[in-house]
Amino acid sequence: MALEIKNITKVVQGVTHIKPTTLTLRKGHFNVLLGETGAGKTSLIKMMAGLDPIAAGQIILEGEDVTALTTQKRNISLVHQFFVNYPHMTVFENIASPLKVAGMAKSEIEDRVAEAADILQLGPMLHRRPHELSGGQQQRCALARAIAKESRAVFLDEPLANLDYKLREELREQLPELFADRGAVVVYATSEPEEALLLGGETALMVDGNVAQFGPTADIYRAPASLTAARIFSDPPINHAPVTKRGDAMHLGSLSWTVSGEVAGLADGDYIVAVRPHHVLPHAHDGSDVALKGHVGVTELSGSESSAHFEFDGNSWVSLAHGTHPYRIGEDHDFYLDPTTCFYFAPDGARVG
Amino acid sequence: MKTENQKAWFFVLPVLILVAFNAIIPMMTVVNYSVQETFGDNLFFWEGLTWFEQILRSDRFHAALGRQFFFTFMILIIEIPLGIAIALSMPRKGFWVPVCLVLMALPMLIPWNVVGAMWNIFALPDIGLLGYFLNHVLGINYDMTQDPVAAWVTIITMDVWHWTSLVVLLAYAGLVSIPDAYYQAAKIDGASNWSVFRFIQLPKMKSVLTIAILLRFMDSFNIYTEPFVLTGGGPGNSTTLLSIDLVKIALGQFDLGPAAAMSLIYFAITLFVSWLFYTIMTKDDLN
Repeated sequence: MALEIKNITKVVQGVTHIKPTTLTLRKGHFNVLLGETGAGKTSLIKMMAGLDPIAAGQIILEGEDVTALTTQKRNISLVHQFFVNYPHMTVFENIASPLKVAGMAKSEIEDRVAEAADILQLGPMLHRRPHELSGGQQQRCALARAIAKESRAVFLDEPLANLDYKLREELREQLPELFADRGAVVVYATSEPEEALLLGGETALMVDGNVAQFGPTADIYRAPASLTAARIFSDPPINHAPVTKRGDAMHLGSLSWTVSGEVAGLADGDYIVAVRPHHVLPHAHDGSDVALKGHVGVTELSGSESSAHFEFDGNSWVSLAHGTHPYRIGEDHDFYLDPTTCFYFAPDGARVG
Repeated sequence: MKTENQKAWFFVLPVLILVAFNAIIPMMTVVNYSVQETFGDNLFFWEGLTWFEQILRSDRFHAALGRQFFFTFMILIIEIPLGIAIALSMPRKGFWVPVCLVLMALPMLIPWNVVGAMWNIFALPDIGLLGYFLNHVLGINYDMTQDPVAAWVTIITMDVWHWTSLVVLLAYAGLVSIPDAYYQAAKIDGASNWSVFRFIQLPKMKSVLTIAILLRFMDSFNIYTEPFVLTGGGPGNSTTLLSIDLVKIALGQFDLGPAAAMSLIYFAITLFVSWLFYTIMTKDDLN
């Protein structure tokens, strides 16, 4: 059982916001929509939820065509990025509201609310109003409402984006557990590749109202289909530079390295090489590494990782390495890339190796 | 080191002076009249609470007070739900918003005596558009100058026409302040339109509606100009509201003592009802 969308499109005043999109989002794991702000994640979710009209296409939930059904009749849940709770109701009433609307018996409502509150540690807060809670508690209240409802599909639209770092980590760990065995299709929108890797059973990469690639998260990460897909699924952004293939050698400016396998079989010509920042390191890993003499610009130290932005051959590159490294801004420094970690794309962006 | 002195009182002084001149002193002259008898020539005789007793026991006052409460009750029961209904059906965004708002504001911009005169002419059975239409096209026997029921229908309709807009604008302001997210959350919860109204829109409108009801209560309870111009309190005394009766006593009969006592009772009732209503409506917010 799943949530299938077939060729759904959104057009606002003649402008296409969501291009025809077809996805099959299955139960049992998180379906992540990964994309930058404005890529169409929220639009897609609103369309699936029935909050925004669709210009064309079909939405099928558990085999039932719900395209023409109103939101009220789809039996779904939605948790927003900002915390939406009814301000004049207590936490208990907030969690109970969809159940009450559904006409559930009072004792069952109480059981379900207690269970959801228990999972999200809201027990002591049940009789408070939302404004008396912290941001994290407010969002847990919204999540509890989604859990208590036992809906057919749960949409989580960047639910952790407005929480502080610690809470985000904590809730991110809990989320998959919360929705496991709930029997709902879970759709999770995020702009952070890291969240997709942590949560996503399957991930749809979204760019400009289009799904660039869809499949098991690890597969997409390991084998991006296009330069765009590789770029979205990399934080900091993936390094890319034009290269020229001649024979079995790739030439990047004055540098070159030999290629083998399917890449070696490509026709000679211009390509684009892409390397994730954590494969461009300030030290060599073996003799086959290629050394880039970079002119260091910005450097950052975040936690146990250091990143350096440097110029090489007219392109800007980023290196992300574990540990602290003594970069000096404005100085030249050698960075090494392992040719086996490189992706190659045709000039039009399609992956070739 | 903190300096303590009484200088702050000087800052309150301008307000005190203003309030003294526009409220306290005029009111005290009324209090002064209410306990004395005068026959002109600036001669006053002490009467104590005689006038208050006379007014409170007078059938004429009871009748006017009853009519006043009936009028206020009727216009509130019509204007508040009607105002909410209109506000709910107004567009929230787009081209028509300013058009609707301007149309709504128009009746309120018309001077009160003009409203009375307009409706007077409008309702005249032989030459008024409404009066002629009702009598000669629909065949309903309608004459507000002869028939008390027709007179009542006319003054209530006139007030609804004049002041429903105020309720609409206040309710609309409350409605547009509700973020879309609440409507979406309600849809997701599966809420019906009625539930959305009952559990989202009404609570969000509560504070503006309290003000709307309070304003409409005070205004309608003290209403004078429009019904005076429209019906002059007639036919007979059938639409003689408190303020019209008060002016009759004070200026018509020149009974300044009883009129002053009546004004104070009138004022006390308005104040008490407003206080009671506001206290009840805001009780929950304090907890």
